[in-house]
Amino acid sequence: MNYTDLFRATLPETALEVAALLVLLVDLGLLRRCAVKFRTIVAPLLGVVGCGVALLLVLQQGTGGLSFEATHELLLATGGFTAVAQAGVLVLTALTLLLVIDTDFTKHVGEFVAVILMAAAGGLIISAAQDLLVIFVGLELLSLGLYILTAFAKSSGRSAEAAMKYYLFGGMSAAFLLFGFSYLYGLTGSTNLHQILVGLYAPNDAQAGPLLYAAIVMIGAGLGFKVAAVPFHLWAPDAYEGAPAPAAAFIASVSKVASFALLIAITTAGLHVLDGGHSVMGLVADQSSTAPVTHYRGFRIPWSFVLTVFAVASMLLGNLAALAQTSVRRLLAYSAIAHAGYIVLALASFSYSPRSAGAVLYYVLTYGLTTIGAFGVVGVVERATGSDKLDAFSGLHKRNPLLAAVLLVLFLSLAGIPPLVGFWAKFNLFAAVLSVSNDAIWLGLVALAVAMSAVSLYYYLQVLKRAYVLPAVDEAPIRVSPVTMLVLLAIAAGVVFLGIFPAVLQGWIAGFYPGM
Amino acid sequence: MLSLTIYISFIGALGIAFLMPAKAPQLSRILALLVAVAGLAVGVAGFIADFHTKGVVILTDKVWVPSMGIHFLLAADGISRTLVLLTGIAAVSGVLFSWNIEHRTNEFFGFFLALIGGVYGVFLSFDLFLLFVFYEIAIVPKYFLIAIWGSTRREYAAMKLALYSFVGSAMVLIGLLASYAESGGHSTGLVALAHAGLPVGFQMGCFPLVFIGFAILAGMWPFHTWAPTGHVAAPTAASMLLAGVVMKLGAYGCLRVGISLFPHGLDPWGFSFLGMGSWRDVFALLAVIGIVYGALVALVQTDFKFVIGYSSVSHMGFVLLGLVTLNQIGMTGAVLQMFSHGIIAGLLFAIVGRIVYERTHTRQLAELEKMHLSRRMPFAAWAFVVAGIASMGLPGFSGFVAELQVLIGAWAVKPWWVAAAGVGIVVGVAYTWRALQKAFFSDAKPSAHELEQEHAHPFAAITWPEVTGVVLLASVSLVVGLYPKVLLDAIEPAVQALLAGVGR
Repeated sequence: MNYTDLFRATLPETALEVAALLVLLVDLGLLRRCAVKFRTIVAPLLGVVGCGVALLLVLQQGTGGLSFEATHELLLATGGFTAVAQAGVLVLTALTLLLVIDTDFTKHVGEFVAVILMAAAGGLIISAAQDLLVIFVGLELLSLGLYILTAFAKSSGRSAEAAMKYYLFGGMSAAFLLFGFSYLYGLTGSTNLHQILVGLYAPNDAQAGPLLYAAIVMIGAGLGFKVAAVPFHLWAPDAYEGAPAPAAAFIASVSKVASFALLIAITTAGLHVLDGGHSVMGLVADQSSTAPVTHYRGFRIPWSFVLTVFAVASMLLGNLAALAQTSVRRLLAYSAIAHAGYIVLALASFSYSPRSAGAVLYYVLTYGLTTIGAFGVVGVVERATGSDKLDAFSGLHKRNPLLAAVLLVLFLSLAGIPPLVGFWAKFNLFAAVLSVSNDAIWLGLVALAVAMSAVSLYYYLQVLKRAYVLPAVDEAPIRVSPVTMLVLLAIAAGVVFLGIFPAVLQGWIAGFYPGM
Repeated sequence: MLSLTIYISFIGALGIAFLMPAKAPQLSRILALLVAVAGLAVGVAGFIADFHTKGVVILTDKVWVPSMGIHFLLAADGISRTLVLLTGIAAVSGVLFSWNIEHRTNEFFGFFLALIGGVYGVFLSFDLFLLFVFYEIAIVPKYFLIAIWGSTRREYAAMKLALYSFVGSAMVLIGLLASYAESGGHSTGLVALAHAGLPVGFQMGCFPLVFIGFAILAGMWPFHTWAPTGHVAAPTAASMLLAGVVMKLGAYGCLRVGISLFPHGLDPWGFSFLGMGSWRDVFALLAVIGIVYGALVALVQTDFKFVIGYSSVSHMGFVLLGLVTLNQIGMTGAVLQMFSHGIIAGLLFAIVGRIVYERTHTRQLAELEKMHLSRRMPFAAWAFVVAGIASMGLPGFSGFVAELQVLIGAWAVKPWWVAAAGVGIVVGVAYTWRALQKAFFSDAKPSAHELEQEHAHPFAAITWPEVTGVVLLASVSLVVGLYPKVLLDAIEPAVQALLAGVGR
């Protein structure tokens, strides 16, 4: 890629960075003497505009114009799942920013919004990255932003504690990731994903095997941390609990979308090699030999194995641990771990057909949407009651019927009850898994996932039971400002609409794949 | 036309829940009644219009998700039309017996009508995915109806019911996904999947998963334990719906999905284990155990509502037994029993939960015994006599025709099933008489003081919704009992077509 190409490919990121600087300029410069309340409105709105511009650029890249054929020297991809994930990142970032408008946890609104925008730019980069170094830079840009966002409620001890935990775990996992990357580079002599995976296709078996394993486990650890897959999930409950509500929503949605897009990129690249993509690059693997491919030869099978282990552990631990939670934020954290398990399962059974990527993206996008809404509701209740415990939700239907209705829709969607989008996302995801392979093992894993989502109904109903069944301790109405309510209603309406007309989003995603 | 029932109910639910003023419960009640009556009217009209149509009538067929071959496919055959009719009657009587709900009235009727809409949807779906969607839609309103408006251990019972339902539907979902993948992932239509030629071994593995998944909701022993607790805890209208139509959802799923999708599922395994040679033997045994066990447990209950709750388990055993006979008369009987039990159980729950409990504030038989209800509440007593006779399966009421057909069908397969089920019938007479005698016709002589108390605190008069509801349900059972042809003419061709479809 030459610099002109790079510049064109990074236009959306540039737009976000410009917006971030503009926000800082306006907030710290022009509005310095204005009331915090006013600044809390201006800064997020500017950020939303920035997201809008970036979104237009992404869509323009995705539907035409920009495409790069030579995958072996590609740094950033455009179109396809990249465009979908980037659009998702931008829309979810904009929703998060809109939820910032009514908050009062910080006086430094400009910085908060700017950091969100920069982290989102990191998210855009890893959604598109095709090169180890770019991946790492993007991940760090995203992660550093997230640590800062978590710590942003300066008056709250929990926020600081959560950020410290998150930072330490994050730093460690970044080290693992880098270590794994260095092995890959050592094995193949390249930092380009496609070249690496072609190089791994037929390495010197005896020497490369254990090193490849080590590399895959290290990379799995690093990326497993990003998506909060068990056993690298320990930061999640604390970060979700301690971070300011918009920051938690951002971590739970935008960061998830971007990280899963990265996992899709790596997994797709691995398949690309096996499915004949290597011949495109003029590298011909030995396909005439009929000897069975040994298990460490190539990237796909050990990678798939590591992901399967993550998936099973996350589904089990996430759902079972969520049963015991009394804090709704921690409950959402464990539910996020469980949902990550379902998605990773689909990644473990991945096919080169756009079907798999489409199902994963569908799930991540809709999950991100639902989670932002859930954190929005939690944030409102928290501000009114000062607590995110289950009991704080008691009698919500009386204190604010509309808010309770939104909560009902979002949590039922997370539990996977039709006709809400969560159900369709799960069905689509599991059908995609079984469309790749429906032998006993995969059928068993899908059965486990379905059974675990039956377990999940229990803890989602615990919250809804407080909201609808139990009497309120304090019957004072909860006031929600119009902007927040509008955003929450829009999210709930989206969850219902996409659930009833699932083909809309599915068709939109498929539209980015020229082959479909 | 029948698809209107679904839309009417859901629109009614949303309208009542969100648009009606909270201060005017009477308005919501009347509106809910209108919605339910409209649904019933459409159901009746659809039943009459297609009365002589033998096959499946497609109502709506729209592509829903093109890439996965999912259609919004609503259709009806005789079985669907019969059960839609049942749902309409249950909905109308349910609203009538909820006339006294004052607490959060709008939400109550919102959830109630949403549940009804989901039930209509299940009975009319001919696409497996769509059927599953409606099936799950019905879960959530049940939970809230019981948890908010229920009585005895309501939160426990509601959660138990929700989890049992959800676990059952998870099993169904696994079966659905597996068959969808196995058939190549082109379509989720019931007919298309049934003709996809699923391998015999696969069918035998998938069938019990789907059958048990649905049968949990039909109250099959040993997965029935949600039923008595759920029925007892639920508010009257919800008990009526649970016993009246929700349990039928399970049985209908067993029939429409389990049996017609996996025709080889009931084939012999080729070996015999503990005397069981096929899933058919296993499920017949469970059904028979359910019949006898439900009846025996009902015999020793001290809570009036538990008697009815366990009797439901017993009567649903007949439905399941009829289904696994796989012959014309047995399965026709099973469908008729679904209808009949829906009506009779609704009537029993209405009398116990609404008419009696709302006035005496106790359901303990020992306490009711001292209240001389036959004298103080003659209407309730005689209504229960009628309902009890119908429930026992005496000729002249719908239960008799249905259970007789099931037994004849079962006799043709294995006579010992009938012998065992016969025990259940005999015990059924016993527990009904026992409840009747204890609750209404005890012969304890009232003391002068008691008479004075009774005079000072008379029970509230029977209201018009109660009379209307009782008359509606009792007369339907009587009409079907005296002239079963009115339903059988619709059910028989549908069962025949279904059996032909599975090669029997």
